[in-house]
Formats: sequence, C-alpha cells, structure tokens
Amino acid sequence: MSTLTAPFRPQALATPPPEPKANYLNVSYGVKSWLLTTDHKRIALLYLVSVTLMFFVGGAAATLIRVNLLTPAGSLVTADTYNKLFSAHGIIMVFFFLVPVVPTVLGNFLLPMMIGARDLAFPRLNLLSWYAYMAGATLILWVIFSGGVDTGWTFYTPFSSKSSHASVIPAMLAIVIGGFSGIFTGLNFVVTVHRLRAPGLTWFRLPLFVWSLYATSIILLLATPVLAMTLILVAVERVWGIGIFDPALGGDPLLFQHLFWFYSHPAVYIMILPGMGIVSEIIPCFSRKNIFGYKFVAFASIGIAVLGFLVWAHHMFVAGQSRFAAMIFSFLSYLVAVPSAIKVFNWTATLYKGSITYHTPMLFALGFIGLFTLGGLTGLMLAALGLNVHVHDTYFIIAHFHFIMVGGMVMAYMAGLHYWWPKITGRLYPEGWGRLAALIVFIGFILTFSPQFVLGYLGMPRRYHAYAQEFQVLNVLSTAGASILAVGYLLPLIYLIWSLRYGKKAGDNPWDATGLEWQSPSPPPPDNFAEPPVVTCGPYEYALGPGVRSQESGVKIPETEVHNV
Amino acid sequence: MSEIANTSSQSAQVAPPPGSLWHHFENLEHQNEATTLGMWVFLATELLIFGALFAGYAAYRSWYPAAFEAASGRLNLLIGGINTVVLLTSSLTMVLAVRAAQLGSLRALVTLLILTSLLGTVFLALKAVEYYTDYLDNLVPGLAFNPEEWRQVHVNPAHVQLFLVFYYVMTGLHAVHLTFGIVIMAVLAVMAWRRAFTPEHHTAVEMWGLYWHFVDIVWIFLLPLLYLIATRKTLM
Repeated sequence: MSTLTAPFRPQALATPPPEPKANYLNVSYGVKSWLLTTDHKRIALLYLVSVTLMFFVGGAAATLIRVNLLTPAGSLVTADTYNKLFSAHGIIMVFFFLVPVVPTVLGNFLLPMMIGARDLAFPRLNLLSWYAYMAGATLILWVIFSGGVDTGWTFYTPFSSKSSHASVIPAMLAIVIGGFSGIFTGLNFVVTVHRLRAPGLTWFRLPLFVWSLYATSIILLLATPVLAMTLILVAVERVWGIGIFDPALGGDPLLFQHLFWFYSHPAVYIMILPGMGIVSEIIPCFSRKNIFGYKFVAFASIGIAVLGFLVWAHHMFVAGQSRFAAMIFSFLSYLVAVPSAIKVFNWTATLYKGSITYHTPMLFALGFIGLFTLGGLTGLMLAALGLNVHVHDTYFIIAHFHFIMVGGMVMAYMAGLHYWWPKITGRLYPEGWGRLAALIVFIGFILTFSPQFVLGYLGMPRRYHAYAQEFQVLNVLSTAGASILAVGYLLPLIYLIWSLRYGKKAGDNPWDATGLEWQSPSPPPPDNFAEPPVVTCGPYEYALGPGVRSQESGVKIPETEVHNV
Repeated sequence: MSEIANTSSQSAQVAPPPGSLWHHFENLEHQNEATTLGMWVFLATELLIFGALFAGYAAYRSWYPAAFEAASGRLNLLIGGINTVVLLTSSLTMVLAVRAAQLGSLRALVTLLILTSLLGTVFLALKAVEYYTDYLDNLVPGLAFNPEEWRQVHVNPAHVQLFLVFYYVMTGLHAVHLTFGIVIMAVLAVMAWRRAFTPEHHTAVEMWGLYWHFVDIVWIFLLPLLYLIATRKTLM
C-alpha cells in the first residue's frame, strides 16, 4: 500500500502479532469517558479539537486584518476595531495556539509512546491542564467577542495599566490561567522523561522529538510563572492605581518590558523547539538514514533553551536601556543562532545521499527548513544594533517572526500531524490532497510574508490600520497570499476529517519508521504496549530496518551493531 | 544489562494499599520517586513566581532606598517576628510528621499534621491582625494613606506606595500559598486518620512537606527584605 520500502525488513515482522481488540478510541464511549479521561492519547485529542478551534478564530482575525489592509485608508474597520483585531490575533495565536499546540497535541500523544511508557507520570494533572486551557480559552473568547482588548499581545504599560478602557484584566487573567496549563504539561513531561523511560532507553537513545520537548518543558516551567506574576502586577496597578509601572509615580515601564520579555522571548523557543523536534523525526524517516550528528542536535535543543533565557532585551533596543546592555544582548542574540544553525546543517547533512521520498510530511518538513532558515537569518539582521533601529516596529519584524512562527512552527506542526495521523487515527490521509495542501501553504506563505519584509524595510510601521499610498501594491500582494494560505489551512481540515471515515486503514507502521510508537498498533491500545518494550539501539537505525528497537520484534542484534547513538 | 533503567526493584515488595499504585508505574517506589520529583519541579516554578516579585523589589529598592527604609520602619515587626517563630515551629512539626509517617506511628502523624495546620492558621490570623494595624497606621495606599506625613520626613509618598504594594503583593501571595498548605495539611490529617499511609507508602506527606518548607523559606526571605531594612527604635 505504501510505496516506501525499507532496505530490508526483519523477517519476524512477516507474522504480525494478532490485533488486539480494544484500542484507546473504542475502549469506552460517551461524553463522560472523554471529559474525565486520564489517557494521554484521549487528552491529546481533546487538545487537538480545542487548539484547532482557537487556530481558526485567530486566523479569522488575521483574515480581517489583511482584508482591511487592501486599501491605504483601511476602509473595512475603524482604527479602534483594528487594534482589537490584531490584539485578538496575537493573543490567541501566541498563548492559545503556538505555545500549547505541539506539546499538548503531538507531545501528549507521542511522548509516552516514544519512551515506551503507558502514560505520562501524572495523568490527572494532564487532564487538569486541559481544563485550565479550556478555562483560559473560554475567557479570552468571551473577552474578544464581548468588546475585545486593544493592548496588543504584549500588554505594554502604561497603556495597558492606565490608558486602555478595554477588558484588560480578564484578558490577562485568561493568559495566566492558560499559562498554568502549560506549566502542568511541562512538569508532567520533565518527570515522565526522567522516570518512565523503557528499560534500555538511555538519554542518548531518546528520539530527538523527546529531547526538544524536554527543553521546551524547562522553558515552560521557568518562564511562564514570571509572565503570570508580571500580568498580575499590571492588574494590581489597574485596580489599585499605584504606579508600579507608571513613571509619573516612580514606577518604570521598562521594568515591565524586562519582565515581559523574560518570558516572551524564551516563549519563542517554546514555540519553535517542538517544531524542530518534529522535523528531526521526519527527515531521517523519509531519507532512510540515521540523523547526522545526533548528539549535536540533542544538545542544540538544550543550548537554545539556556541561551534563550539570556537574550530578552533585544526587544528593547530603542526603549532606552544602557548602551552596554544593548551590546551584550546583541552579542548573545547572535550566539543563540549557533545551535539553530547546527540543527539546520545537520538536517541538510541527513538528506545528503539519503533515499528521499516526497510524502506530505516530508514536503512540510523541507518547507520548514527553508522558511525557518530565512526567518532565522533575518533574526540576525534584527539582532544587529544599527539595523534594528531602522526596522524597529515595522513590517520587517512582522515578516521575520511570521517566517519563524508560521513558516517554521505551523509548517512543522502540519508535518507532524500528517506524519502521526495514521498512528493517532488508524487511517491514512489522502496523499495527493496532502501534497497539494503542502504546496498551497508554501506558495501562499511566501506570497503573504515576503512583501512584508520589503514593506518594513521601506518604513511601513506595524499595528496601523491605514498606510501611505505607495505601500498598496505590496499590501495587496500580501493579502492575495493570505487568501491562498487560508485555502491551504482549510484543505487539511476537510480531508483529515474525511479520512476519519473514508481513509484507508493505515496499518501499524505505514512509513516503515523506527520509533517505538510505530511498534504499537494503530490506533494504540489504552496501555500503549502489550508488553513493555526493551530498547537496544538508537532511535534512527534505518540501516538496520524498522522494528529492531524492541525485543518484542524478536530480532537479535549482534553486539557490534548495537549503537549507543 | 547495566543500562536498564532504574525501574526494576529486586527488593521484596510490600503489597501496596489497594488503589494506591497507578497502572503506569512498576511499583510504589517507582511511583514515589516520580511524585517527589514532580513536587521539586513544581517548586522550581514557584521560585520563579516569587522571583519576578523579588526582581521588581530589588530594582525599586536600589532606586529609592530612603523611601523603602522609611516605609519598612513603619511595619509591625512585633507581629512579623512572632509570625516567624510560629512558621518555623510549623516547619518543625511538619518534619516530625514526616518522621512519624516513616515510623508508622499513626497517632503522632495525625497530631503533628493537625498541629502544622493550626500553626499555619495562627500565622494567617496574626497576619490579618497585622494588616489591620497597618490600616490603622495609614499604611494602605488608596484606602488609608496620608502623603503629607511622608513629605514631612522628606520622602516621596509615591515611592513609599511602591514599597507598600510590594509588601502587600508578596505577603499576600505568601498567604495564598499558606492557605492552600493549611487545607492540604487538614486533608492529609484526615487521610492519615483513615490509615491511608504506611511506612512504605506516604509520599503525599513527604511531598507536601516539601511544599510546606518552601512556603516557610519564602517567608524567611520576606522577613528581612520587608521588615529588617530599617533602623528602628520600636518594634511596632
């Protein structure tokens, strides 16, 4: 059924074990069995539905923004509504889509399976995290549909603390509550990776997706609480009228920016690291090769997590910090590009002389590498002190971080969703439609955001609902691209739902991949594995063929071929 | 097979109390390790919650040392001091409760958990009294605050308010944590009374003990930063 063939198939796989009757989807039915579930796979699906909903709400706001920018006068909405639209778009996409999406959907589903565990360490905490997410998401939707908030996703003071008349406090409360959902997930992942690895699964035999989730969890745990406290201080200032961040009363708005970016810059890596992890799984699988430089990629994740905490003030180069501080933060921002570049080079080297097949996940993953590289390189331009002043708060910034977040992260998420869709649902998505969607997303993305680099460099500022006449051509191009992009996102929504009923049966391992998750039936049984697997080699032994990782398969591996990497 | 993870245990297993072992752990020891690690990780998060406040406090104190000192001198050190003793004593009863759980002495465990909970309640009650004396002393911005008295001693009242807002937010957040801890201790006492804990299985006591000590340690930092930075003539 699949055109993929492994270099060789272990013979033991020719007689597959008898299909277990119950899987996690049909083991029980009813609303209660879902809303009170502690199965990490079911919670992942709960998250999948809610996060997808938030993505399309945030996307609707983006659509209105782009339509408004078709004309220089911004004739669709008023300036005030425009402020609320970009705030809604930013808050939903950052806090309720990009930060949670990969850890809570794919991470929740796959982390225990990839390490041969039956569940996450704290299943009830996992469920609580979904409820916290839902409480935050419901509250923010209520805020947005009952009048909105106009501070931008950054909540800069003193506007957010003194001037804005919108429902700032409920919006911040929603983010704090949603933040706790992330903290619970991070806590669960860290303990799970430490304590629930299968026998023989050493740290350097972990799949790179697990490494990246581990690094992400550390950032979630150490950065999110600072954001929560900062937003609470803004709320205290609004309620109490004491100038915590108000210069007229002795407070310092820069302190807010420091505290805010101490979370929000590491948060960028919360968003991108899991995406890198996905790509590190997909590239070896569709190149039929071991990953190049496993340890470098693994430690690059940790390096990004650590360095990511030390670069926050590069968002404040024009805000009035000391020149020396600016120089140090500029230097450190250059430094954080090193581990990212290591990853890009290693993925490229993995492709080299691989036997590559262009299935949908691979197309998305290759798109990720290209667009992430462009986004990263423009990030270096922004880290340069002089250039930063020129393009600060322009569309150049918008284009830069959308290349990372949409071109990078969303592409990676789509790649992962397609790659593991057969495992999650037991069904194959339609391959032709998948490839078409990957192509449409890529073209639409390039057309949407490339013009914005030019716009920003020419001086069009961000967050304005009207603009000068000469910017119109590029803005129309960008809006045209956005409509193509919208088609590219709606298409998978349709065919993935279609595939739930009409898709072909996937089989346990449609990609002939080596991960432990592929040795379990699709969809997996409630306990993930019939027998706890015993791991004898690294995660990407494509030279040895699929199925060699577990003793279950019955394949004896000669001592000389057992690699630790 | 030395690389096989630390999950298999050769020691003879005591049968776990029914329902206490989750299906994804191998045995109670494995589960207890994971649970305790979870609490440590959670405390790391907590550290950063208070860390944001400490960072803000440090910034403003370095800019307005005179106002911070003047305002600190007006806090009620007598109640703050008594409360410190109360809270440290509760840490002692907590650690003794963990010991009692290890030894399996049920009566001591229940008594000590209740005592810990009570000492926490005494702290909160005294704290409420202290807030009230602060109110009487015109130390609550927006509610009872007299800018003139600070101008007379050549201190900017806005800066005094900054100190006070950190005082209320930090002690308030601490009190919220303590309230949570008091409820947990009461629940643990009931559980202990119903014989939920054995010498082999009492992770809940140990792990919430960690939480309790963390809340105490936060106070140990709050006391000097809020109460002791001024040269005082009186305690109140």
